[in-house]
Amino acid sequence: MRKTVKRDLFPGALEMMILQILRRQPSHGYALLQHLKRTSHELLQIAEGSLYPALEGLLKEELLKAEWRISSTNRGVRIYRLTAAGAKHLELEVSSFERMLQGITQVLARSES
Amino acid sequence: MTWLKQLFSRRQMYGELSEEIREHLEEKTEELVAGGMSREEAAYAARREFGNMSLVEENGRDVWRWLSIENFLTDVRYGLRMLRRNPVLTAIGLLTIAIGIGANTAVFSVVNSVLLKPLNYPSSQQLMALHQIAPGAAGLADFRNGLLLSPSMYFTYAEQNRTFQALGVWIPDTANVTGLAEPEQVRTVAVSDGVLQALAVPPTVGSWLSQADQDPRGSERVMLSYGYWQRRFGGDRAVVGRSVLVDARPREIIGVMPQGFRFLDTDFDLIVPLAFDRGKVILAGFGYHGIARLKPGIAMAEANADVARMLPIWMDSWSNGPGTDPHIYETWKITPTIRPLKQEVLGNVSEVLWVVMATIGLVMMIACANVANLLLVRVESRQQELAVRAALGAGWARIVRGLLVESVLLGLMGGGLGVGLAYASVRLLVATGPANLPRLSEISIDARTLGFALFLSVLSGLLFGLIPALKYAGQRTMLALRSSGRSISVSRERFRARNLLVMGQMAMTVVLLVSAGLMIRTFQALRTVDPGFTDAQHLQLMRISIPDSLVAEPERVTRIQNEIADKLRAIPGVKSAGLASQMPMEGFDSDWDAIYVQDKTYSDRDIPPLRLYKHISPGFLQTAGTRIIAGRELTWTEVYDLRPVVMVSENLAREMWGTPSAAIGRRLREFPSMPWHEVIGVVQDVRENGVQENAPEIVYWSSLLGDPHEKEYVWRTMTFAIRCEQAGTQAFLNEVRQAVWSVNANLPLASVRTMQEVYDKSVARTSFTLVMLGIAGSMAMALGMIGVYGVISYIVSQRQREIGIRLALGAQRGDVLQMILRQGARTALVGVAIGIGAALGLTQLMRSLLFGVSAQDPITFAAAAALLIAVALLASYIPARRAMLVEPVVALRYE
Repeated sequence: MRKTVKRDLFPGALEMMILQILRRQPSHGYALLQHLKRTSHELLQIAEGSLYPALEGLLKEELLKAEWRISSTNRGVRIYRLTAAGAKHLELEVSSFERMLQGITQVLARSES
Repeated sequence: MTWLKQLFSRRQMYGELSEEIREHLEEKTEELVAGGMSREEAAYAARREFGNMSLVEENGRDVWRWLSIENFLTDVRYGLRMLRRNPVLTAIGLLTIAIGIGANTAVFSVVNSVLLKPLNYPSSQQLMALHQIAPGAAGLADFRNGLLLSPSMYFTYAEQNRTFQALGVWIPDTANVTGLAEPEQVRTVAVSDGVLQALAVPPTVGSWLSQADQDPRGSERVMLSYGYWQRRFGGDRAVVGRSVLVDARPREIIGVMPQGFRFLDTDFDLIVPLAFDRGKVILAGFGYHGIARLKPGIAMAEANADVARMLPIWMDSWSNGPGTDPHIYETWKITPTIRPLKQEVLGNVSEVLWVVMATIGLVMMIACANVANLLLVRVESRQQELAVRAALGAGWARIVRGLLVESVLLGLMGGGLGVGLAYASVRLLVATGPANLPRLSEISIDARTLGFALFLSVLSGLLFGLIPALKYAGQRTMLALRSSGRSISVSRERFRARNLLVMGQMAMTVVLLVSAGLMIRTFQALRTVDPGFTDAQHLQLMRISIPDSLVAEPERVTRIQNEIADKLRAIPGVKSAGLASQMPMEGFDSDWDAIYVQDKTYSDRDIPPLRLYKHISPGFLQTAGTRIIAGRELTWTEVYDLRPVVMVSENLAREMWGTPSAAIGRRLREFPSMPWHEVIGVVQDVRENGVQENAPEIVYWSSLLGDPHEKEYVWRTMTFAIRCEQAGTQAFLNEVRQAVWSVNANLPLASVRTMQEVYDKSVARTSFTLVMLGIAGSMAMALGMIGVYGVISYIVSQRQREIGIRLALGAQRGDVLQMILRQGARTALVGVAIGIGAALGLTQLMRSLLFGVSAQDPITFAAAAALLIAVALLASYIPARRAMLVEPVVALRYE
């Protein structure tokens, strides 16, 4: 029996999702991850560790900002929130992603028929 | 500047990231524990799901890193460590580069300050020297300044030109200033209207001389140089309006020129106005330097055409007196050859400087070859390390970059040291001031020079780093990793790069040695030339000027001069003393004119060639050591009686009458109204314009000239020559001063020096070039020797096993010695052959610096080749001897 191919996310996908989640609700790394897993219904394979380099990258681009807070469970957490640039970037990314997805879907549908 | 902030706050960010990851793991663990897992199990599971923690951390950090810079900094740190690890090699390399770059930077700063920087006047590219030549006036070609301007030319040019904003003439002179302190002879520049306007440098205090000062009967005014103002008036701004006694005449000070202002390359104390009397000006009197500022947008060719247009106007407007034809000057073929003022200032020094620059550049290349050789040795010993790095995945580019960073570092550190050396040597150069170098005071190390040093450092670093980098970085790793293979001998391949480097060094060294050799031969040739005077070291010179405001009557002046000469002769140790209007090689603007000989007929349109005129006293020729070929010397009686007698130089006598003895008793004169003068003596030829120049034809007149129609005329500024063993010593000079002042205490002594100093100055260009090429040649030879030694001893160390086997099989030790020496000789021979080929071409460039020797002088070439081969053999002999003494058993056990 063939194993299903484990698919990596394409570059930029994780960042896009992070931005989208944070747009609704600023949160810290662990909560972010939980949210991701929950909303994707565990469909996406995300190595937990890969979240942090992605967050650092977004911080460097100044699409996010971060600050230390004390959480409800009395723990020091770093809360990330979207910047204005981040919101704009997300918009562009999403629309370009949608165009790409549409294209791929159309090609797949055409060759199927 | 966020990236800068990021760069500096990185450490904190790294900390935050670790903290955050730890919090993440704890939170997860808590959750799992809450789900019923044991704490230990939960922590383990949390970690497993998180993945490689340190990798995540590193990836997170990488986001912040400026990768290329950090890798570069790593390379730099690594390079520095490698340099430290081999201090001897590094020190030798550094020293070589420092000397190379130091020498190059020093010479470049001279080239930059003297040749490249514009002159120190506003818009100086518009400034022109009104140079003109007169190919039709025979004899004139010997005079260095071409045809200078006459006052009438100045009037015509200044009033009729269409291409100049300002135009004027000037002449350097001296004057006696009295009444301030003790009497002092100062350097003056006499300027016509237009000169200061052309130079366009505003005065620091007061105002320029103006049109009003052009009136010969007008007010007497004067300007001061900054230096004189500081020295004599302490920089007092109230000096304007005060009066000084210049040549016993009161002159009103009207302004001070700013610091650093010079007339072309002439330092001066006072600027006095030249006030020509329009009514008395004639066509002739070509003794003034012309200077002009072009109108904007005017090309030199247009200006030349403009001057050419004015020449006929000049001839039509003035005359040389009744009965003369003003158009005789048409036969002179006067042609304007206006040239930039800068060229006038630089003279012929640019060739010398470029030759020196090229030479020093060659030395730099030889030095680079040596350092490349050093680095090759080092890289060779690091082959394994490089192979390991390559095997671990370092790319070719990364390894090359590492090696280059290392060599450029070496270059930059050497360059830093070199700039220090250059700074010191430029200071020394300016302090000693050799070779009549123009613009000497302007020489400094400026931004452009520093840029040059930096460029040179990086370039040489790349140059000597590239050879080992290319050779070893790409090498097959397997071969190197196999560790030093037990090959019997090392392939030729491995020596090729080093051998080529040494051959190149040899070739460049030959070029330098040949150039230096040619300069030595030139100097020898100059030494054998009889300059027309003897034992210059024991000939004391000084100039004394007796202005007519001090002593008006001409004969009285001669009597005073005579009396001074007598007093000088009375000083113990003095053999003789005499005086002349100019000494050979002093570089004064000469007095010259045509002569007419009685036994020749001249047609109206004949312009006889111009001859140099010198005015001398009895006893002068004997004092200078100038031989009298025929006849006798002038006597004081003849001087005072105004007897019409004259002496001529040997070449003039031969040209006019065939032999020197035939000249005695013949007669000549300067102009028709002058009585015929009888030739009483013929004097040996004197190299008046320098040893390298042909001796001009000279007419020797008395310093006191009688003219039945006009007043007597006397030469007031004369150089006294004293023949004495103690010449040049302070004690002797004090006695000389006392002797002069015992006759008249108001007479200052100027230009006090020995004839040797005058001679040295006149050959300074040659000796400067000789010294520079000599230094470069010896540096090159020393570097070349080290290069050969390095290669041969390396070959010997690599071939030790082979030599051991040879010896074990019965080779004679002498054979081994020969074998190694042959190797050295082969390298040297090829290098020398290439070098001779190159030198044959390159020495053509220095032809103008040579005298009495051809640029292809076979003796010089042979000597340079022989010397270099001998040096190469000597350098190979030391390692070759070591090879000869190899113990077969030891050698075979080796490795």
